[in-house]
Amino acid sequence: MTSAQTEETPFLSYPGAQRPNRHRWVDSYGVNIATCEWGPADGPPLFLVHGGSDFAGTFDVFAPLLAAAGWRVISWDHRGHGDSDYAPLYSWDADVRDALSVLDSTTPDPVPVVAHSKGGGMMLQLAEALPLRMSKVVIIDGLPSPEPHPDVSDHEQRRFTQQNLANWLDHRRSAASTFRKPGTIDELAKRRKRMNPRLSDDWLRYLVTIGAKRDADGWRWKLDPAIRFGGFGPWRPDWSLERLRTLRAPLLGLTATVEEEMGWGTNHKALLPFLPPGASLVPFENTGHFVHIEHPQRVASMVLEFLG
Amino acid sequence: MTIFLTHNRVKLALHHLRPGPGRPLLHLHALGEQSPAHVPADLDAWPGPVFALDFTGHGASTVPGGGGYTSEVLMGDADAALQLIGNATVVGRGLGAHIALLIAAGRPQQVRGAILCDGAGLVGGGDEPGPLVVRGVPGKPTAPDPFALVELASDLRPPDYVVRFAELAAQHSGLAQPIAVAAKARPDWLKAVAGLPSVAVESLEDALCRFASL
Repeated sequence: MTSAQTEETPFLSYPGAQRPNRHRWVDSYGVNIATCEWGPADGPPLFLVHGGSDFAGTFDVFAPLLAAAGWRVISWDHRGHGDSDYAPLYSWDADVRDALSVLDSTTPDPVPVVAHSKGGGMMLQLAEALPLRMSKVVIIDGLPSPEPHPDVSDHEQRRFTQQNLANWLDHRRSAASTFRKPGTIDELAKRRKRMNPRLSDDWLRYLVTIGAKRDADGWRWKLDPAIRFGGFGPWRPDWSLERLRTLRAPLLGLTATVEEEMGWGTNHKALLPFLPPGASLVPFENTGHFVHIEHPQRVASMVLEFLG
Repeated sequence: MTIFLTHNRVKLALHHLRPGPGRPLLHLHALGEQSPAHVPADLDAWPGPVFALDFTGHGASTVPGGGGYTSEVLMGDADAALQLIGNATVVGRGLGAHIALLIAAGRPQQVRGAILCDGAGLVGGGDEPGPLVVRGVPGKPTAPDPFALVELASDLRPPDYVVRFAELAAQHSGLAQPIAVAAKARPDWLKAVAGLPSVAVESLEDALCRFASL
């Protein structure tokens, strides 16, 4: 199920950032999932789940803070993201299945998960299908909201036009021969800044050296060009809201308060009636979508206290 | 003759069942099936050439590892066929009927009529999600891909979502009734589609005749 992956050296450093201590591959029914771990190999497992278009390396500051408290912190690149295989097919359900493959490759026991953005939606779906698989759930700006989310491309966009369909089909026609635009580290960082405007330039430059690869003509983000935002699908956001109440594992939700392009726009007050019993929801003032990147220490402390 | 097309990283088998001049008929098979080797008797009345597409994970098309099937992706399979054969009338069975409806909205100028017939996978996964079966099937997959059977049999089809495709086909095709429902079964999505004024409920024979005369 798993095999060792070679260790790489970081190209740039960032204060507090630490590459994972271990890398391994998980075979999810033919799709190789790049999996990494921080902290003691014999510590209790704790899983971190990234959001759409991200990769496990975005936890390079946050994960070591949890690992320092003794947790074996495990994360992975979703199919088509980071170092994981480009897959012939992508779907929400396949992402959830890959997640379960990573969990299964580690332990059959109930585990705590900390999930960001789309990762939060995935974990709620996994918890609904296998309610005893998770011991505790932390969701960082990824709780359901009445509006569709930007990184849930092919899952819950029901208000499409004919032009949306045609554009999507045009993209499919060219996907096999599409390559990402090459550039310098600064250029790629600047492009990502458009989607993540609150993150520092130094952090984005650091991310380029992890989430992009260096070709002869420049750096390219590793994200599969076949993956595209702006799709459509039958999922209705209120289904996620209605199902949230059935979650059995204790839930801690952290929400952003500053709207930005990648944000989930979770309305804190509107969410309260849908929370499962005992759940706590903490809005972060003057904070955007990447709560754990803007406030790594504070979020890590809250997560560690919640996990006990 | 079989032609191989590319849809992203999948190789799709498009079978040229009958040559000839005129607008082609594109056959889309049902869930778990593959294209017929010859023109089926009930399609024989079509006056032009006939093509049949094997969907991803079916027949002679690639069986990818790890699943990830959705009806929307299979609409892209049908579009890869249209890219090669140009304007066509599409006839779909079961799952293929649902895909025929989707592509009629996706390429309304190219799809000159979509005929929706009974077959496996017509119903889909209903209009609301149940807890998902997330574990997969170990071993090297062969066609029909078990992932396709599981994922496309639980593929959600809320009536308001599917109706949107039928409405877009009517608005953008320039045809009064671009969709023909020849199926006898009526899952909720098809009941809603069949009730639209822009959708004809007619026999396969009548639909073939109507679209052939366009």
